[in-house]
Parts: sequence; structure tokens; C-alpha cells
Amino acid sequence: MFEWISYHRSGIAAVVILGLVITLLWSIYHGVKTARIREKEQVFGDPERTTGGWYWAVCGVATILLLWFYYSWGMARAYFPKAANELCQIAKVHESLSPIVAQLPIGSRYFKSTDLVVRNNEQLDDIEASFPVDAFSAQEEKQIRGIITQTRSLIAVYSNPDSIEAATVSSLSMIVNDINGLTDRIKSGSAGLTPTEAALAQSPWGVTPEEIPMLPMTPRGVMFDGIAQDVTKISKEFLTLRNMPDAANQLIKNTRADIKLVKDNLENTSAGDDVIDIRQSYMKSVERVFKRLDDGMIFPANTLDDVNTSVAVMIDEINAAKGGLGIIDALFMPGAGVVKTRTICIEQGSSRWLPKPTDVIATFSTLANPNIEEGGGFKGTRLLWFKWLPISDVVGFFVPDSLVDILPGSYGKHDDVGRFVPTYKDHMLAFAKGEVYMGSIPMLDGHIWDSLFRVLVAMSFGIMLGVPLGIYMGVSRFFKSFFDPMIELYRPVPPLAWAPLILTIFGIQDDGKIFLLFMVAFAIMVISARTGASGTQLSKIRASHSLGASNRQILRHVILPNALPEILTGVRIAIGVCWGTLVAAEMLAGTTGVGFIENVARTVSDYELIWVTILIMGLLGLMFDLMMRKLISILIPWRGKG
Amino acid sequence: MSDLVCNDLCMTFTAPGNGAVVEALKNINFTLKKGELLSVLGPSGCGKTTLLNMVAGFLNPSSGDLQLGGNTITGPGVERGMVFQQGALFEWLTVSKNVDFGLRMKNMPAADRKKLVDKWLDIVGLAGFGDTPTYQLSGGMQQRVALARCLVNDPDLILMDEPLGALDALTREKMQSLILELWKETGKTIIIITHSVEEALLLGQRLFVMAPRPGRIHKEYRLDFAAEGLKQSLRDIKQKDDFAKVREEILTMIWDMEEEIMGGV
Repeated sequence: MFEWISYHRSGIAAVVILGLVITLLWSIYHGVKTARIREKEQVFGDPERTTGGWYWAVCGVATILLLWFYYSWGMARAYFPKAANELCQIAKVHESLSPIVAQLPIGSRYFKSTDLVVRNNEQLDDIEASFPVDAFSAQEEKQIRGIITQTRSLIAVYSNPDSIEAATVSSLSMIVNDINGLTDRIKSGSAGLTPTEAALAQSPWGVTPEEIPMLPMTPRGVMFDGIAQDVTKISKEFLTLRNMPDAANQLIKNTRADIKLVKDNLENTSAGDDVIDIRQSYMKSVERVFKRLDDGMIFPANTLDDVNTSVAVMIDEINAAKGGLGIIDALFMPGAGVVKTRTICIEQGSSRWLPKPTDVIATFSTLANPNIEEGGGFKGTRLLWFKWLPISDVVGFFVPDSLVDILPGSYGKHDDVGRFVPTYKDHMLAFAKGEVYMGSIPMLDGHIWDSLFRVLVAMSFGIMLGVPLGIYMGVSRFFKSFFDPMIELYRPVPPLAWAPLILTIFGIQDDGKIFLLFMVAFAIMVISARTGASGTQLSKIRASHSLGASNRQILRHVILPNALPEILTGVRIAIGVCWGTLVAAEMLAGTTGVGFIENVARTVSDYELIWVTILIMGLLGLMFDLMMRKLISILIPWRGKG
Repeated sequence: MSDLVCNDLCMTFTAPGNGAVVEALKNINFTLKKGELLSVLGPSGCGKTTLLNMVAGFLNPSSGDLQLGGNTITGPGVERGMVFQQGALFEWLTVSKNVDFGLRMKNMPAADRKKLVDKWLDIVGLAGFGDTPTYQLSGGMQQRVALARCLVNDPDLILMDEPLGALDALTREKMQSLILELWKETGKTIIIITHSVEEALLLGQRLFVMAPRPGRIHKEYRLDFAAEGLKQSLRDIKQKDDFAKVREEILTMIWDMEEEIMGGV
């Protein structure tokens, strides 16, 4: 079942997207219609105008989901499942062409040769202008200037169309012929071509981690794949071409000898080391330009014109053969489209970091699968499930062994024949250590539970300790003045600033994080309870005094319930802040938790997993807040009505 | 013999900042017999609320003393019940839980509490409202709850600090009748502080007009309107000539005091 859904994810997405579009259009229609009716009844600025309007909420959700589908290329995959495979074949052609295109103005406005000529001439000018007169003798100067002039004439020889060798010319025209032949093949179309069985057996786009299947799955794809293979051969041939006429060879030989002559005598001077340094570095820069030119990579401009024309025609023909694919590429694949890297085709655009909604669900399903042997969970821990927890473990954790020590009696000793006879105290010790099996209870387990557990434990301690202290601070001058400086000093520090210190002291396991969260929750609870307590109306306190309540009764029956709205608001804020801090703390250290998953996903650039964790965190945070809102409306119905 | 006796009562405050001494009350002397109904009237700043807070035990006098039934008042106590302007109800409790608050603090058994609460809710006209949350009640009903909450403790003395100040005219009149009825039924000693001259006349068997700087009793009246109010409608009493005469006299008196304060500034 799961396999089937996973395999047909693009088809399912197609139905979902269609549903979303219909929903979007319907909600806009309904919203506009309703707005027309309401417009007459309500004046602008009336807060009543914002009540209701669930159809706009539907509209908003549909919009965001559609945007998500669009920018993750989810629409392209849903409605044109074969487009990526075909575009991948075209990308192969472009990749094969790239060595040739790099030499031509198609890719970069100028011939590569033109660029080389301009750059080298400029550098030669600079070198000549900065000749260090003091460092060389007059004769040396003449030699060096001669070398520079020869290098210039080398560029001139390369650029001269008359001096190019016949063999090179014929090689170039063969390449042009081959390219034209390929162009004709593209023009004649893909009739008669069929994809191989191996290609058809590939998983569709996006089902495997490889994303886009490499082998051509359509006739047109087969054609482009074949073209790409031939272009690769032509490119190889093109790359071996050199423009090396005899005149150039002679010049290179002479210049090389001249350079050697000057270099050999660089150190034969009476001047000091610093002058020798200048002489050496100057010659090095002269030689560098020469060496860049001795490989025959500059061609006369007009010899490459034919190649340029034929490649341009071929690219035009590829684009023409693309047909509807080009429109799909431009409209539904925001970004640079499908690009081939060395071994695979990748989606180059927003979908690189924005996974498709269907893929996110698939990743989530894998993560939520409680069966770790099947590859569920993450790093050996489930996402959220239950486990059987032995009661003895709980007892062993909560009952301290030393409690048994203070019981009357003594522990057993070995007797005369070397046996150990346990006394009741030994049995009690085994119980306290958690060695007595008492059955198991089901207990939640997994990354989400670990995160929740940390927040809940920290919140409980924060409430249990923070609320009483806050209440006392609200009513007692001593408590207020004594504790205020401490809390106000540590509270403004961002919780994460404490994290490195606390994680070092308490270790990276639960206790460190719980303590960090406790610090956060405690400060918020103290402050909210204090605000609530000190906000009690004097007349209520006086009334309860007159009704005969003692101080303790007033604290319990008047000040505490009076502070309840503030306390609950504090709990709501504290849960939110704790949740945010926790995820960051889990990213710093630890081996479980939602933040841990995201941190690992970050290091391996698994964007789907990152989005899944973001969604989990958002939904859990939302759930906390909704629960608190519900709790507040149940516990303090009088709020805002007093 | 639970009379309220006030001997040479003085109260001074030190103003924050300049340290000036303000004489909120100076040499107040009076004796309120059990079952008397006293209303206190005066311009703002004449110390009437201070006087009430001292009787309630929320403030201790600078000199002189206050005795109720021979015992000097040193702090708040159940024998002196208080009704505040805004009711000061506990909005997290229902009506009956508000009313039996004092009884619960005394750990009275639940059955006895229920009997008393039902009785008093019936008397103040809130029978059947026991389980209503107080925040759902109107201002007048809230004040009835406050009255019941105070009376259920069976105090010797009931102190009311502008109890009807926040109510609309119609509700106010009904509440005035209710207070008179309660006074008659229970025979409690009651002190009412008010801003309204008419209310002071209607609800005052005795009436103190207080004057500011230093706070003192300017003039005392003994009136029959409260007794008459038990027999006929309060609106008829207000129409009477002698009522109007006293009302005008007191209004002029307070007006002059206000003038004096404004002139003094």
C-alpha cells in the first residue's frame, strides 16, 4: 500500500493540485460574494468586520500549498512526469557541447581567442612599461625587449589566417560537417527510435533518491541521448586541435632560447641581492606570458566562424525540437531548469532546497514508521511510539538506596559454611535498586517524546518552584527585594547563551537540557505569578480580612486564584520559549530529539528532512498553544469580564 | 452592649515628598448605639473613608481610640463586616461560594453553610442564583451578593463604603429600600458613607456632615426619614418639604466647604 502510494506520488499530487485550484477559485468566489453583502452592513474599522471568514482561511491555505507545489516543481512533476527525463537528455547535449561553446561567442560574446589576444597584449604592454632600467644592463635591456617583441609577433602569427596549416583547416571543416550532420538528425526527428527496456524499467521522477532517471525514456529523449554521445566525440576532437604553423614553431623555439640566455645570466651582476630579486621576478613575468602563448590555442577569427554558425544553428534546432518542453521548463520549473552535472541530472532552482509536498510526506512516513528494522525512525530511535518500561526501573530511579540504609536491622553476612543468607533488608535494597521485576507499563518513546518530555519536566519544575516564589514576591517586601536582583540578573541573558556552560556542567543528556529549560520557565513563571499576585485589588484583600480569613487563607483562596490568569499566560509564554530554546539546545548537543534530527539533516543537506522537522516543530508548538488556550478558557472563564 | 465608641480619634499622614503632615481626622468623638443607622457625608478629602477604614481596622489611629462593645479595635475582624463600592467579589467563585466565603474560612460544616447561604440569598433577592458565576451578574446584583456575603457572618457592625455609588438611579433606589429593610429586619448597626445628599438623608437615622482640613464632624443631624422609609415609598419622602429643606441646607453647607477649599488653593 505504502509502496504503491510512494510510486504513484506524482499522480496523487496531480489530483491534489487540481483539488487545491478548485478550492482556491471557489473560496475566492464565495469570499467576494459574501464581502459584497457584508459591505453594506459594516463600517470600516469596526472590529466585527474581522469575525468569521473561514473561506478566506481556506483560500490562504490553498494559496500557500499551491505556491509550495509550484516552487518545489511539484506541479511540473505532477502533470509532466516525463519532462525532467527528456530535459535531462537535452542537458546531456548541452554538457557535451560546452567545451566547443566555451571557445565561441555563443557562450560569452567574444571568441576565446579574442579574449586571449586582448589579455596577453595588455599584459605585455604593462610589462614593457614597467621595465626596471636600473636592474639590467643596456645589452640585457635590448635582449629582453627583443623577447617581448617576439612574443607579440607570436600572437600576430597565430591570428594570421594565411599562416594557419591546411590540416587544421580541414579538421575544423570536418567538425563543422559533423555538427551539421547532427543538426540534420535533430531536424529529422525521433521517428523509429525506441527507449531501451532498461530505461523503461527506471523508477519515475522523484521516487528514488536519484531524483531524475538518467536513461532516455521517450523517443525524443533517445534521439537527444544519441546526439549527446556523438557531440562528446566531436568535442574531444575539437579539444585536440592546435593552431601551430611553422612560423609559430620557429618563433617559439627562438624565444625560448633567448629567455634561457637571459635567465642564465640573471645572477651575474655586481649588484646586491635585492637587485637580483628584481631581475628574477621581472623575467618570471615575461616568461609567464610567453608560456601562456606557446600552446597554440589562439585561432584566426574567421577560421572559427563556421564552427560558431553551425553550433548556433544546432542549438536553435535543439530548442525547436524541445517544443512544448521549453514552455514547461520556463513556466513550471522556476530556476535554471534541469542541469546535468558529471554523473547525474539535477533540478537547478528553488526545488533544490524546497522539497515537493509529496516527498515531504513520504519522508515523514518513513520517519514515523515505528519499525526500525524496516528503516523507520531516525538513527535508531523512533519518531513517536511507545515502549514497555519495567516498573522496577521507575522504582530504582525514584527510591534512593540510602533509604534502605536507615531501616532498622542489618544487611546479611555470609555464614560459616560460606553461604549468603539475605535478610529482609537485602530484599528491600534489591527493590530500591530496581532489581525486582514488577511488570512493565507502556511508556511513550521516540524523538518527539524526548523533546516533549524535556519541556514538560522543565515546565513542571518551573511552575512548582516559580509560582510560589512569585506569589510570595508579590506580597512580601523581603521576598521581593531579596530575589528580585537574582532573577532580573539571569533572566535577560538569552537562554542559548547559557547553553554551552550548562551543557558542560550537566552533560549533553536530558538533565542539562532540562535544567536549561527550567531556568527559562522558572524566570517567566516567577514574573507572571508575581505580577498576578501584586495585581490583586486591595478591596478584595480587605474584604477577605473582614470576612475572617487568615493570612494563609488569603494567599490560598484570594491571591492565588486572582493571579491565575497571569500564571496561565505565563505558562503559555514559557512553553513557547522553552520549545524554541529546546530545539536549539538539541542542535548543540545530544542524540535524540526533533532538534537533533534537524541538526543531522543540516550536516548532510537533506532538505526534505529539514522541512519535515520544521513542520513537526511548528505543529507541536501550535498544539501546545491550542491546548493552553483551551485550558485558559476552561480554568479562568472570568478573564476579561471582571 | 456592642456600641461603637470613638474617643478623640486623630489620624495624621505624612505626605510623601515634602514631608508635610496632613491631618486626615482630628478629635473625632461620637458614640453609635447598637442598631443605629449612621450615614456620613462630606466633600472629598474630609476623611470619611479614612474613618471607615479605621473602624474596619485597616488603619490604626495616630491617637485616640475606637471601641466596639468595649473592645479596642486593632485590626480587621469578623464582627465588623464591610461592603465596598465595586462589591470586591471573588470573580472566580460562584454566588454561593462568595457568600459562604467567611463561613468556609471558619470551617463551618457544609450543611450549615448551605442553610445560611440559602437564607441570605433569599433575603437579598437572589434566590436561585447560587450557582451563577459572579462575573455574569449586573452591578446591582453584585452588590446584593456583597451584602449577603457580609451579613451571613452575622457581624455586629456593617460598614458600607459608597455601596451604591456605581449603580444607576433605579437600581439605586431599590437597593436603598433593601438596606433599610435589612436594617429593620436584623437590627444591625450600620455606617454608610455616601456622596449623595439624598441617600444620606434617606438612609441616615443619624447623619454626620464632615468638613476637611482637618477632617472633623462639622454637623450632626438626627432624622426620621429612615424610619419613614420603612413605611412609605422613598420617592414620596423625597417630595416632602422638610426633606427638601434639610437637603438644601446640607447642600449649601457642602458647597461652602468646597468653595473654601478652592479659595484656599
